[in-house]
Amino acid sequence: MSTTARDLVPPESRAPSGARAKGVKSGKVRRLSKRDKIVLSLMVGIPTLIQLVFVWLPTLMSIALSFTRWNGLALTDIRPAGLGNYQYISQDYPPFWPAMQHNLLWLAFLALVATPLGLLLAVLLDQQIRGSKIYQSIFFAPVMLSLALIGIIWQLFYQRDNGLLNFLLGTSGTPQAVDWFGDSSVNIWAALVAATWRHAGYVMLLYLAGLKGVDPSLKEAAAIDGANAVQTFFRVVFPAMRPINVVIVVITIIESLRAFDVVYVINRGTNGLELISALVIQNLVGEGQVIGVGSALAVVLLVISLVPIVFYLSRTFGKENRA
Amino acid sequence: MSTSATRAGLPASQGYRSGSKPKRHYGTHIFLTVMAVMWLIPLGWALFTALRPIASTNEYGYFSIGGDFNFDNFAQAWTQGGIAKYFWNSVIISVPAVLLVLFLASMMAFAVSRVSWKFNVTLLIMFTAGNLLPPQVLAAPLFEMAKHFEVPYAFSDSGNMLNTYIAVIAVNTAFQMGFCTFVLSNYMKALSPDLTEAALVDGAGIWRQYREIIMPLCRPAFAALGTLEVIFIYNDYFWPLIFIQSGDRLPVTTAINNLQGEFLNDYNLLAAGAVITVIPTLIVYLLLQRQFVAGLTLGSSKG
Repeated sequence: MSTTARDLVPPESRAPSGARAKGVKSGKVRRLSKRDKIVLSLMVGIPTLIQLVFVWLPTLMSIALSFTRWNGLALTDIRPAGLGNYQYISQDYPPFWPAMQHNLLWLAFLALVATPLGLLLAVLLDQQIRGSKIYQSIFFAPVMLSLALIGIIWQLFYQRDNGLLNFLLGTSGTPQAVDWFGDSSVNIWAALVAATWRHAGYVMLLYLAGLKGVDPSLKEAAAIDGANAVQTFFRVVFPAMRPINVVIVVITIIESLRAFDVVYVINRGTNGLELISALVIQNLVGEGQVIGVGSALAVVLLVISLVPIVFYLSRTFGKENRA
Repeated sequence: MSTSATRAGLPASQGYRSGSKPKRHYGTHIFLTVMAVMWLIPLGWALFTALRPIASTNEYGYFSIGGDFNFDNFAQAWTQGGIAKYFWNSVIISVPAVLLVLFLASMMAFAVSRVSWKFNVTLLIMFTAGNLLPPQVLAAPLFEMAKHFEVPYAFSDSGNMLNTYIAVIAVNTAFQMGFCTFVLSNYMKALSPDLTEAALVDGAGIWRQYREIIMPLCRPAFAALGTLEVIFIYNDYFWPLIFIQSGDRLPVTTAINNLQGEFLNDYNLLAAGAVITVIPTLIVYLLLQRQFVAGLTLGSSKG
């Protein structure tokens, strides 16, 4: 489990990067035959077309539809609405602000509880302790499960009358028993615990790979300089994992914006579990089919997610552009 | 959180100072064991409930070990819940989608990483960004596109692309392609340029360079990404929810939610249904965990 990242470095990757850049830049395209050019345009064209039609066109359409009023039936029924939908969701749509708060809470919980927990598990398991592999397998298991299934498994655990949690708390069968997914004052927290179950394992896995990549001599040097373990970790090891840290920050933000399956499985994202993503779908599949309102919510989601996306892309591709 | 980190971090550094003497991490082990037990409880509880017939739980209660333990719930969930059909639907969706994703992404990755031209980085950014969008952003237009794309009734009984596997496969393919292109292009960039330069001198065209030189070298990356994508698409709850309306065409991950209504108040049956859907993932987990983990870390290591 631990050596995999290294195994996957291609065997022929030893060429010095300077020579490589020169080789690539020496104008290969000019040397291509006509047939090669056709092959190449197909190789680029087909995937690009699919990507444009199924990802980017719908994104633009979401933006366009958010300024219209439409019931989703005939295309001729689409009416311009200006900023009406945005005005409606921000002023007259009760679940909107709770959903924003819940998304923010989701992000805060993943960032302050689930991610640090994953990091802690990774740091502990990175030491040469006995049974490390077994622990890793256990913490990693939920990562393989779908969030929809996680909702169901936790439903069995959280039920009011027959759930294990109320039994363990001694409240089972008494009036104090809590319906963890049903009670709107606690269900967001219950859902967050279920989401943490998966997220922490994922973070642990990425950090285990990251910790393997940290040069051990860095730690030794810090130890010689008299740094204790905590100082060594926070001042030396953690900053050295910068690329992984960027990925984890982005994954954490994006996961909190994408959070959907768990709440939709529980109660379709209502009654205390409102999330922007769930509201989008409620407006799409509900009886009213208010496409304009759903699209305005989708655009809100899009604008927020562009922040981590742009951050990640500029970090990942910024270097290549400069080179 | 910070206190436990302090406590747990300590033995590691002592290890550095005292050489390779075997260390005892009692505190760490206690903490990890407690966490591991907590981690296993939800799954364990589902399995425990699934193994008990409803008669036993009715008689002794859910919090008991009395009564029989058997696989009756699994058999009943399998037949009554129609899980076999849902599994087959999952296969119909996942297999073509994974193959298409890998095929298209490998061509795209080859073009942007092995041939130098102007829009390489632009295209790669577009592909990577597309994969990071929340799917809900695209849901309404894609739903309407499918609904207004009319096809003969012989092709689809809805008269449009709703309720077809093709819609789910196409969107899953498009959505996953960005990630695979990103990972594969990084992988291909790391392969020496001499490989294809030499082939070029020998007069090998682009397709032969791709098919006979680069593709075989990417096998480890394909194994990792393939495993990852099978799980991703098998676990996809969202796209079938949007596109597929008749319950009997749903893949198992989306259908499991309907079991909640079908097995009303028979939690033993619901638990059995849930455990059954874990089985394919469990098989992958046991046989291909290495590949799965490699796929996940491969995507993140080039941050």
